[in-house]
Amino acid sequence: MKRKLSRIPLHIAIVVIVIIWLVPSVGVFVNSFRVPRAIRGQGWWTAFTDPFNTELWTLSNYESVLTANDLDTAFRNSFFISIPATILPIILAAFAAYAFAWMDFAGRRAIFSIVVGLLVVPLQMTFVPVYRLYNSMGLTGTFLGIWLAHSGYGLPFAVFLLRNFFGSLPRDIFESAFLDGASWFQAFWRLALPLSVPALAALAIFQFLWVWNDLLVALIYLGGTPAVAPLTVRVANLVGSLGAEWYLLPAAAVVAMAVPLIVFFSLQRFFVRGILAGSVKG
Amino acid sequence: MFSEKRDLRPWLYIAPVLILLTFFLVYPSLATFRLSFLGPRSVGFVGLENYRFSFTSSTMLLAYRNNLLWLVIFTTVTLSMGLVFAVLTDKVRYESTAKSLVFLPQAISFVGAGVIWKFVYDFQPRVGILNAILVAVFPDMTPIGWLVNSDLATYALIVVGIWMWTGYAMVIFSAAIKDIPAEVEEAAVVDGANPFQMFWRITVPMIASTIAVVGTTLIITVLKVFDLIYVMTGGQYRTNVIANQMYYELYITRNNGRASAIAVVLLLMIVPVMLVNIRRFQEQEALR
Repeated sequence: MKRKLSRIPLHIAIVVIVIIWLVPSVGVFVNSFRVPRAIRGQGWWTAFTDPFNTELWTLSNYESVLTANDLDTAFRNSFFISIPATILPIILAAFAAYAFAWMDFAGRRAIFSIVVGLLVVPLQMTFVPVYRLYNSMGLTGTFLGIWLAHSGYGLPFAVFLLRNFFGSLPRDIFESAFLDGASWFQAFWRLALPLSVPALAALAIFQFLWVWNDLLVALIYLGGTPAVAPLTVRVANLVGSLGAEWYLLPAAAVVAMAVPLIVFFSLQRFFVRGILAGSVKG
Repeated sequence: MFSEKRDLRPWLYIAPVLILLTFFLVYPSLATFRLSFLGPRSVGFVGLENYRFSFTSSTMLLAYRNNLLWLVIFTTVTLSMGLVFAVLTDKVRYESTAKSLVFLPQAISFVGAGVIWKFVYDFQPRVGILNAILVAVFPDMTPIGWLVNSDLATYALIVVGIWMWTGYAMVIFSAAIKDIPAEVEEAAVVDGANPFQMFWRITVPMIASTIAVVGTTLIITVLKVFDLIYVMTGGQYRTNVIANQMYYELYITRNNGRASAIAVVLLLMIVPVMLVNIRRFQEQEALR
């Protein structure tokens, strides 16, 4: 009993922290369902004192966002960009990580060290030359261009994480597989990959969220054309240009955040595992 | 290791990755280095002129000051709050719920975070909750323009960064704390250590290496910080940082030379962190 009482301040501290962390997001969520004059006229927190006043609630913000501003196209574009830009680098990284972990070749360490070093190269450092190459190859403004760009930028982390994971698999199982006459590819395909499903899932979530949430790479290689622009670009444009339609911002932001949050809550275990594998082991 | 040194097959496994990395990271970095000695349109050698701009112009000095503020405040506060949250939530039953709610901002984009915090910082107390609270507590007070006051805006942005990244630090620290052997904690309790002594004498020293790792990640993040400032203030009100000034030179003034020189400076600031990263990898490799 005494122990329970002495823990009350602890519980209060945790609850206060969690509330402070949640308040900003809750505000935008509440505002996304309110009529314009309510968003501008009264703080969102007053909605809780009068929650059944139906005049102040509305779904029309979502309706306008999803129809009037081509956000449905942007929503599809975001998927069309994110899914290949997640799968491609993971497949390529898995092959390379396997070689770095279990094959021996001249310069293995040196090359892997360079890959680790590339983890921290600021993307800004690469934009001018890549943009010029893209222009001469006709890749600017194309989905293929952005898939490749996201793959290239995502590879250092993907190789790093998978190499660490493959490297931590027990050595004996590979030894006995090779003794039994397994080829490298069989050991890769039948052993390394199936044993690494958690790491692959973690990496997939990471890369997917990274691509989905990206603004800068999309701005530079896709430009702002609505036909190809993902959600982040469209919402960032809304922030800048709304003016009279200021009240649509909360709904637009919620639409943009919905997918990452669904992914996050349904696959959180893998996400956290990915973070741990990427940092603690590294 | 299971192959001969001369075998070419490993190269087949790594070739696609090496090609993409060369195209998107290695070659462009070298090319940027070259462009940093050329003029605005990438023609004509200008010597160190772009670097003179990068190290002496008042815009760049302001950007360095802001990056330094970010580096010191963001890193220390995020590390300490992440550590405190990890310790606090370590032994309550609703641990995972509390942690995932604090961790949640990691999943959303800077664009989303920018919109969210605009409603916190809004000047009108009937829109922005921060000013609403201030005015409710101090009725005589004029609301504060958090994002348009040049003395405050950078700090206001740093707070958003802390909000986004504390959950990251917390999750990693939390895992490290769970790895501390139970006997160590029990021994300390038997010796009569109070919670504060436990924290400073057991927890912190036991997870020191994890703190260093998280700190490294945060420093790299903070040196490259861009999106948040781009979305929330566009670099106005004295909030500009190195990465945003580089973007500005590239797309607004269209000065490739200056933009490239700034990118090189940014890379040089990150190199020491990068070397630490590589050395850590090699030490770990030696233990394998």
